[in-house]
Amino acid sequence: MSVNSVTDKNAEVAPREELVTLTIDGIEVSVPKGTLVIRAAERVGVDIPRFCDHPLLDPVGACRQCMVEVPDMGNGRGMPKPQASCTLEAMPGMKISTQVSSPVATKAQEGMLEFLLINHPLDCPICDKGGECPLQNQALSHGHGESRYEGAKRTFPKPVNVSAQVLLDRERCVLCARCTRFSEQISGDPFIALVERGALQQVGIYADDPYDSYFSGNVIQICPVGALTSASYRFQARPFDLVSTPVTCEHCAAGCQLRSDHRHYQVKRRLAGDAPEVNEEWNCDKGRFAFVSGRLDDRVTTPLVRRDGQLVPASWHEAIDTAVAGLKAAGDKVGVLPGGRLTVETAYGYSRFARAVLGTNNIDHRSRPSSDEEAAFLAHAVAGRTLEESVTYRDLEKAKKVVLVCFEPEDESPIVFLRLRKAYRKNKLEVVTIAPYSSRGSIKLGATLVGCVPGREAECLDGLTDQIDGESIILVGERAAQSPGTLQTVARLASATGAKLAWIPRRAGEIGAIEAGCLPGLLPGGRPVADATARVDVAAAWGTDSLPATEGLDAEAMLAEAAAGQMALVTAGIEPRDFADPQAVREALDQASFLVSLESRLSEVAQRADVVFPVALLEEHAGSFLNWEHRRGTVNTVIRQGNAPMTDLRVLGALSDAMGAELGFRGSKAAGASLDELGAWDGERATARSDAQRAASSEGAVLATWRQLLDDSAGNDGEVALMATAQPAVLRVSPATAQRYGLAEGQQATVSGVAGSMELPVAVVDDMVDEVVWVPTNTGRPVREALGVGAGGSVTVAAAGADASVPDSPSTDGGAA
Amino acid sequence: MSGHEFQSHFENSGSIDMDDTSTNIDETTMDELRQLAARYPQKRSALLPMLHLVQSVDGRVSPAGIQACADVLEISTAQVSGVATFYTMYKRRPAGKHHVGVCTTALCAVMGGDILLDRVQAKLGIGENETTPDGKISLERLECNAACDFAPVMMVNWEFMDHMTPAKADELLDKLLNDEEVHSTRGARITSWREAERVLAGFPDGLADEGPTAGDSSLVGLRIAQQRGWKAPTAEQAPVEQAGSEQASSGEETK
Amino acid sequence: MTDTLTPVLTANWGDDKAWKLSNYERRGGYKALRKALEMQPADLVTWVKDANLRGRGGAGFPTGMKWSFLPKDNPNPVYLVVNADESEPGTCKDIPLMMASPHTLVEGVIISAFACNSHHAFIYCRGEVLHVIRRLQQAVREAYSAGYAGKNILGTGYDLEITVHAGAGAYICGEETALLDSLEGRRGQPRLRPPFPAVAGLYASPTVINNVESIASVPGIIANGKDWFAGMGTEKSKGHGIFSLSGHVKTPGQFEAPLGITLRELIDLGGGMREGHELKFFTPGGSSTPILTAEHLDVPLDFEGMAEAGSMLGTRALQIFDETTSVVRTTLRWVEFYKHESCGKCTPCREGTWWLVQTLRNFEAGKASPGDIEKLLDVSDNIGGKSFCALADGAVAAVTSAVKFFRDEFEAGCTTPAWELFPYEKSALFADSELGAHA
Repeated sequence: MSVNSVTDKNAEVAPREELVTLTIDGIEVSVPKGTLVIRAAERVGVDIPRFCDHPLLDPVGACRQCMVEVPDMGNGRGMPKPQASCTLEAMPGMKISTQVSSPVATKAQEGMLEFLLINHPLDCPICDKGGECPLQNQALSHGHGESRYEGAKRTFPKPVNVSAQVLLDRERCVLCARCTRFSEQISGDPFIALVERGALQQVGIYADDPYDSYFSGNVIQICPVGALTSASYRFQARPFDLVSTPVTCEHCAAGCQLRSDHRHYQVKRRLAGDAPEVNEEWNCDKGRFAFVSGRLDDRVTTPLVRRDGQLVPASWHEAIDTAVAGLKAAGDKVGVLPGGRLTVETAYGYSRFARAVLGTNNIDHRSRPSSDEEAAFLAHAVAGRTLEESVTYRDLEKAKKVVLVCFEPEDESPIVFLRLRKAYRKNKLEVVTIAPYSSRGSIKLGATLVGCVPGREAECLDGLTDQIDGESIILVGERAAQSPGTLQTVARLASATGAKLAWIPRRAGEIGAIEAGCLPGLLPGGRPVADATARVDVAAAWGTDSLPATEGLDAEAMLAEAAAGQMALVTAGIEPRDFADPQAVREALDQASFLVSLESRLSEVAQRADVVFPVALLEEHAGSFLNWEHRRGTVNTVIRQGNAPMTDLRVLGALSDAMGAELGFRGSKAAGASLDELGAWDGERATARSDAQRAASSEGAVLATWRQLLDDSAGNDGEVALMATAQPAVLRVSPATAQRYGLAEGQQATVSGVAGSMELPVAVVDDMVDEVVWVPTNTGRPVREALGVGAGGSVTVAAAGADASVPDSPSTDGGAA
Repeated sequence: MSGHEFQSHFENSGSIDMDDTSTNIDETTMDELRQLAARYPQKRSALLPMLHLVQSVDGRVSPAGIQACADVLEISTAQVSGVATFYTMYKRRPAGKHHVGVCTTALCAVMGGDILLDRVQAKLGIGENETTPDGKISLERLECNAACDFAPVMMVNWEFMDHMTPAKADELLDKLLNDEEVHSTRGARITSWREAERVLAGFPDGLADEGPTAGDSSLVGLRIAQQRGWKAPTAEQAPVEQAGSEQASSGEETK
Repeated sequence: MTDTLTPVLTANWGDDKAWKLSNYERRGGYKALRKALEMQPADLVTWVKDANLRGRGGAGFPTGMKWSFLPKDNPNPVYLVVNADESEPGTCKDIPLMMASPHTLVEGVIISAFACNSHHAFIYCRGEVLHVIRRLQQAVREAYSAGYAGKNILGTGYDLEITVHAGAGAYICGEETALLDSLEGRRGQPRLRPPFPAVAGLYASPTVINNVESIASVPGIIANGKDWFAGMGTEKSKGHGIFSLSGHVKTPGQFEAPLGITLRELIDLGGGMREGHELKFFTPGGSSTPILTAEHLDVPLDFEGMAEAGSMLGTRALQIFDETTSVVRTTLRWVEFYKHESCGKCTPCREGTWWLVQTLRNFEAGKASPGDIEKLLDVSDNIGGKSFCALADGAVAAVTSAVKFFRDEFEAGCTTPAWELFPYEKSALFADSELGAHA
């Protein structure tokens, strides 16, 4: 593990940018070599009209709107014809005359707008884009007042669905090819293409193959006209009636900056923000469209208390009294499961509530398969880091090689995927993935597959030692916790080779929760519970006499205690199906001595609780997330209704008061200030451990699984069009495995584990490792619930209806690929 | 009077015909598609020939053909569709046994192509891009086919029918409709559109040696030169002062 | 003094089965290849440069210079691509050449590829010429069998693959970068330049793209000497070229002559205009070159002469129209061609030709409004020089040159249909008896 200190970074002298100086409309300006004239002009305050140009797409020069006159190319010679400034590189000594100073440029631009409008419908009043439309705006600022065109307008049947979510109105399209370039270049999903030619050219999908890309919403945002619209936002609002708020996306740890637009106390749409260091100008469809789950019928609006076995509405007083009584009765037999989706400030509230109010270190935000090895790894390699010490998106873009371990970026961190793809396209980044097969995402990254049976990643890593060096970055996903020895091996490999290392969890609140002190062994700022100085630090800051000195139980241990009726639990936004053993979690929740649930929806957990406190949605409060880079992303309150629900922090504060203790803050700002004041730990960090037992070699088929981006996770609930674009559930096997078990492409197969089986259509994958069966974790049915095993677990597979588990012939050799 | 309707509404566009999903593509075709892909340094280069082959097998660009090309080349169906709908030789509905074209680009149109197209349409009872109900002949209005010295020109299965007149067109169509043998004016015996497409895909039919070396118009200048004894200079007749410089710069090689 | 006509490329077109390798060799074919293989590639480039061969596909860029632009230090393979997508209206020289004597092209390909250090050459031929493709395919097969292509050519250790590739119907693929995209299995739309094909062409590798006639001229230049070639033609337009005479002349056809011959000479050779008719206008080099009239009969048909006359030599495709022809009609049909063939990539071409066609239809139907001529010219001005490639410039050239010489016909288009002013059947080449047949 190489930790680049701040000084290290400064020591790297950034190569000085080579500048070229040119003159635009008589104004001299210096720009980095390679800058296009259209952007150089922006620097002198000249906005050249444009449609096809987009700074993040390869130049195409198709719309011809940005014509300028070039009296001097920098070599003393001018260009005889006007030039498109979006494809013209600035040259030293060049002279450019834009519409500001050149009648030739003005005429060319006016003429072009006239051409673009001759076949454009006059439906601005009913067009979603009206009011924020580059065509509308530029027609006003740079066009003729009236058209001289008297001919017939080109007409097509009205909008066609290019996917369940994205609609295309061909009449409005100006054929700038931004959408097709985005899909091909940025996301690598060329399911929309230009079809036909000439005046009939149009954007299209092929027949019934829809534009189901995880990134499809971006094409709507970059469409310079109203040709592309979303099913979810169509006809919902006028741009000028919307109020915009910058927010950070709550879905994954990418940390996307978004713009949330609301009207009448309801979010109408979300757009990618402009964050060059993070999501550039993109986001994924989950972040863009999945924001309605909190407005479904199961929203909890009042406190609920269990009376005679039934959850019934109660007053806040009653609910607080009941909760306090239950928690007091539990004494130190209590644990807190805050989940991984909270803001840093809220997570900090739970940490302090557990340690200072309940007097326990039993807190673990990991509502997913986890391990002791992982806890130690997080303490050693993740906790207490700053942005400066961490791998960043920018580092990914500059890296020579990136190794993916238990990590499928397109599904598990889509913006990391986009940045890797950019690096692959632009900088020839070499991607290596340790995985059971080349996923769609891996193929789009041109990744080299190191075929690996789930659970044996550590061994695969051993084989990579001499292929990794100081210019490599290892990205390890949260699934590594399920593969014994992997995290320790990754840490050792990084430290031995000088490669940089980053752990990329799925959920937006994971890094924040670690920093806020939501692991049983770590206080805020990465302070080890076991370290007395660290405890004194925190106790002093919190104004308490002391903090419990023993490390707490992790989630699994807490649940085991609860299952034995020996523990009370306080939970926030967790789902049994996310844990390694969902059924055991349900039983634990049922058997817990007392259960307090802070929830916005009547979840499975809330339904089992003794007391339920309704809490605000993210859009109803403020705070921040730390993304996988440890970069802070601000969450601003979007919806401010008079009767806004309580936040977690206010509920925790009220409970603390009632328990006669001090939480120390009531709101996010104060919580953040308290955490900041505490600062990072400057003492010894946990050392790397090397005690993990690797998985023993197993016989028979092994399960591989991860979550697809668009799956049955609760955050996607309610967004029908989005979910219609999700990847269907299939069962993937290698050709040899298919043959061995009598499976055929497209036919149903049954995969079985200790707890049961599930039936899925087969997809045979050429480069897949033999004797591995992949199914999605949470599409259709949660796999751990259905089979009772997770990745690396032993399964059997057979054609549906056939007698399971008896292979046609004995396996001759192991993992090929 | 001349030319065609100006079309501005496009009810069906953007795709091949998805109503008819029938196909004759079998493993042999798939092998041939893969063969074509293997002929190029990068396999996507084979897409145009592959679509020609699909037409020779299915009589049009069929949905199964689009899928087959996408599968072999590992590109999206949308990308194949974008190509299939760009080029005019790719037909979205079944072409006839014989595909007849009438050139009506400016020169041929003026020299009589417009009149020919009217006659052909009237005789066949079909319009442009339509096929006779018996499937014998499909008709297309052509853009310049590079035979302007033979204007007005028609094509049958992409073979030249030069110096056409209404009477010659009549006779040609009658023969095609009656399955009589027809020869191109400077090409081979007419086979069928599908067989022609197979040659274009890159699978020769052995007919290269049929027909003349050149048509009459191609030889006009040559005949005059021969009659008048006009020739290009011989190498020895090259201007003397420049011949010196030639030797100077390449003396070593010519030794 | 050079003769009026100088058959070089056309010399064997009258031979029986000239397309066969044996017949080509009997006339001295592939001797130039043997000579070339004994030279250094760089010297061959200089040789062609010194011969002053200018591209025969229309633009007239010096062929040898194009070759010399290939980078010396690029690790990628070099490709030679022959542009055999002859589709410019009026142009009909490469097709008969490839049909009659495909080996002239194939020999040129091998020599040129050797000169450019290329080991894979493509002949991209338009698809709508079945018999030409048959003969090309066969000629390439014969060349392989004879050891002129493939591995270790004539024992020299030089390897060359030649691929005959059929297009599928798109005029734009004659534009060299669109051709490359098409050859890569994409929609034939022009590419952004830079990078230029010489640096990043086919498969992003260094690529030379030359017209059929240019490449076919190379064997003669090698065999007979650069000065032999440069000894024909005019000061800056050297060598022989095929002139294609079509339309209202008595005997249209191909005439191979030194550059600089005049249209008057060519029409005389073609037996004069159609009986009883006179020249009204013509294109010197295909429909993309502005039309000229009888006043230009004596202007030398070379690059400089045509430029001075306000047009271009183009592909030497002389489309001849007599006084029965409506300029408005012809212009409309040309612009319809460009509209049909516009690839759709850029706005002015896609939308501009759509608009021009509708306006010209009004002129043809006698329904134009006063002011429409100015609008036509202004719309043309908004297209010209602003489109992505030169296709739309061709449409503009047709319109603006037609208005320049025949404004009165456009003025008449405000009141009288063109078919009344110029009954269309009068322009047809068939006898009057034919016209009545089905009328």
